[in-house]
Amino acid sequence: MGVLGDIGRRVHGAAAWFTQPLLPDDLLGTLNPLWSTSEPHARVVGLRRETADTTTLLLHTARARTPHRAGQFVGIGTRLDGVWQWRTYSVTSRPDDPRLAVTVTAVPGGTVSGALAHRTPVGALLRIGPPAGEFVLPDPVPEKLLFVTAGSGITPVMGILRELAATCPDALDGAVVVHCDHTPADLVFGSELRRLAATTGLRLVERHTAAEGRLSPDALADVVPDWAARQTWACGPAGLLDALAGHWDRYGDSDALHIERFVPPTPATDTGSGGRVVFTTSGITADAGPGVPLMVAGESAGALLPNGCRMGICHTCVGKLRSGGVCDLRTGEVHDTPGQTVRTCVSGAAGDVEIEL
Amino acid sequence: MPETPSAAAHLTDEQVEAIGAELDAIRAEVVGSLGERDAQYIHKVIAAQRGLEVAGRATLLFSLFPPAWLAGTAALSAAKILENMELGHNILHGQWDWMRDPKIHSTTWEWDHASPAESWKKSHNYEHHTFTNIRGKDRDLGYAIMRVTPEQEWKPVYLLQPIYNMGLAAIFEWGIALYDLEIEKAQEGTKPWSQVRKEARNLWRKARKQLAKDYVLFPLLSGPGFLSTVAANATASVVRNVWSHAVIFCGHFPDGTETFEEERLEGETKGQWYVRQMLGSANLSGGPLFHIMTGNLSHQIEHHLFPDIPSNRYAEIAPRVRDICERYGLPYTTGSLAKQYGTVLRKLARLAFPGGGPKAEVTPLPERPKLVGTPVRLAG
Repeated sequence: MGVLGDIGRRVHGAAAWFTQPLLPDDLLGTLNPLWSTSEPHARVVGLRRETADTTTLLLHTARARTPHRAGQFVGIGTRLDGVWQWRTYSVTSRPDDPRLAVTVTAVPGGTVSGALAHRTPVGALLRIGPPAGEFVLPDPVPEKLLFVTAGSGITPVMGILRELAATCPDALDGAVVVHCDHTPADLVFGSELRRLAATTGLRLVERHTAAEGRLSPDALADVVPDWAARQTWACGPAGLLDALAGHWDRYGDSDALHIERFVPPTPATDTGSGGRVVFTTSGITADAGPGVPLMVAGESAGALLPNGCRMGICHTCVGKLRSGGVCDLRTGEVHDTPGQTVRTCVSGAAGDVEIEL
Repeated sequence: MPETPSAAAHLTDEQVEAIGAELDAIRAEVVGSLGERDAQYIHKVIAAQRGLEVAGRATLLFSLFPPAWLAGTAALSAAKILENMELGHNILHGQWDWMRDPKIHSTTWEWDHASPAESWKKSHNYEHHTFTNIRGKDRDLGYAIMRVTPEQEWKPVYLLQPIYNMGLAAIFEWGIALYDLEIEKAQEGTKPWSQVRKEARNLWRKARKQLAKDYVLFPLLSGPGFLSTVAANATASVVRNVWSHAVIFCGHFPDGTETFEEERLEGETKGQWYVRQMLGSANLSGGPLFHIMTGNLSHQIEHHLFPDIPSNRYAEIAPRVRDICERYGLPYTTGSLAKQYGTVLRKLARLAFPGGGPKAEVTPLPERPKLVGTPVRLAG
């Protein structure tokens, strides 16, 4: 591999002299986006409608992808109205499966999840990020397992269960899955979970919140009396996870609880309300009042920031958004995608924000 | 020297701000309507450009055959023009940043031009677009070596400017690259020489690759056609340079465009800035293909009002901008490439000689001897 890799790099380096200022990858990507290594793409080759609002996308990637571990997520980019939008979704396929599967639940009012779950045809091209996330089982697999999930929180756990069923079915014997959803019909992967329970000794506890109400830690302790003796993986809405974390802190071993949170996007209201701005490169923190450009706030706090026209035309002042949201002071539009570039001269803070500058 | 009265002298402050508000509204409307159609447009131009370049270079592997030489050189010339004008110039303006595509973004794009994107963005996006046509601030005004306004002091070297302007056209990209180093600022002491040296190293790092590609590597691939491929690549570069020089010189120098005193910048409002952009810029008329090949700099007025709006939208904005100009009695300078370039060349020829400003407003004395030749009346 070392020699081959070295030769590959030399060939690539030589080819780049012929394609510069582009890279060979740019030309390959123009011919077929799937061939691009710098912007990996995936093609949707199959769709499985799991429930009314949830769809599994089966993805084909042309190149060998970084193998994921069961329970991890990937970034999925899709072009909506000309704009690339990125969200992360759990991988529900096994690492060895030929197709990568991600399962998307349409969030009410969510433009990206709605488009992916309902309006993405077979053949569509998506961009795809590397697998990431720590919501994975350790090796060796703990003997006593508990999974607590609600709604689309089942997706990373489904990836874990499928992998266990294929590689280590003994671990499922005696394991417990407590899953909450409104009605039996809403339960994503319902029939597969019931089949797993029937064939492996896995105990599946379905809680239908429309009839039984939300799951409380006490109710969980009722159905899984030995919860404290188990290693637990939990994924679901923030309210449930907060309650579980508190419960484990007080009555159990907080190291035994592994949590995956879906971070909701910053609400796009309250535009330009101001907030605390951290310029991560210069290490300066400034308070940006409502309607105050980030650049002005940073400069008054002593930051030496790139600047040019100061009126939003020259693009010299752009920095990468690391976290939080900014508001375009000219249009009121809020931008909150991490990694997006923002013009500090015409952007205000929409809450607390971190910018790489 | 008497100042030519500005074509906007009749406007009240309120009218100037009203113009600004109308233009802001146009801008908001266009920005709000950007979408999939625009994304497909830029992808199509990129694919066409790369297709033309690959086809041209492949054909030139057989450059010993005259038909291949001609076809390859034509394709490569077109590719280089598209690459610099509709792609490089506009992407580096951030016109396509809204797509959030790291492949088509002002912070990542590098172009087939001697000038590294980073230094060009500073000299062009910032200095030229912010200080458009301000004498002493907009360095595009005259490219430091030419006299393009009568207010510029005459020097004997300007006698040659009609000739060296032609030379500049042929090597335009190198002229811009060297110009971006701002050596004259270092001579004046306003820029450290160490900075110039650093930028020069960056320029050389980029330029040698450009040179190697066009004049060594691809010619070597042509084998016995080495020299004919060198000639073809040089021709394509000159065609691109002459074309972009012509288009760019037609943007701010034709008759009817104004230049401004530095004092004008003091407390300039957004409305006044807009008006300055309109008075200082000039358009070129032509068909859709012509507009694409100029990088839509044929819509120089619209580009200067909205430098970061995608170029494919300028054509639809143009009638509305023209309407504003008509309603407020402002000039909207436009014409064919031949006509506009003609006025530019005539102006450069006239300003090679001393004088050239507007005629004095005072009535000449009757017994004053007649001047030899007719002074050309030039708008300042």
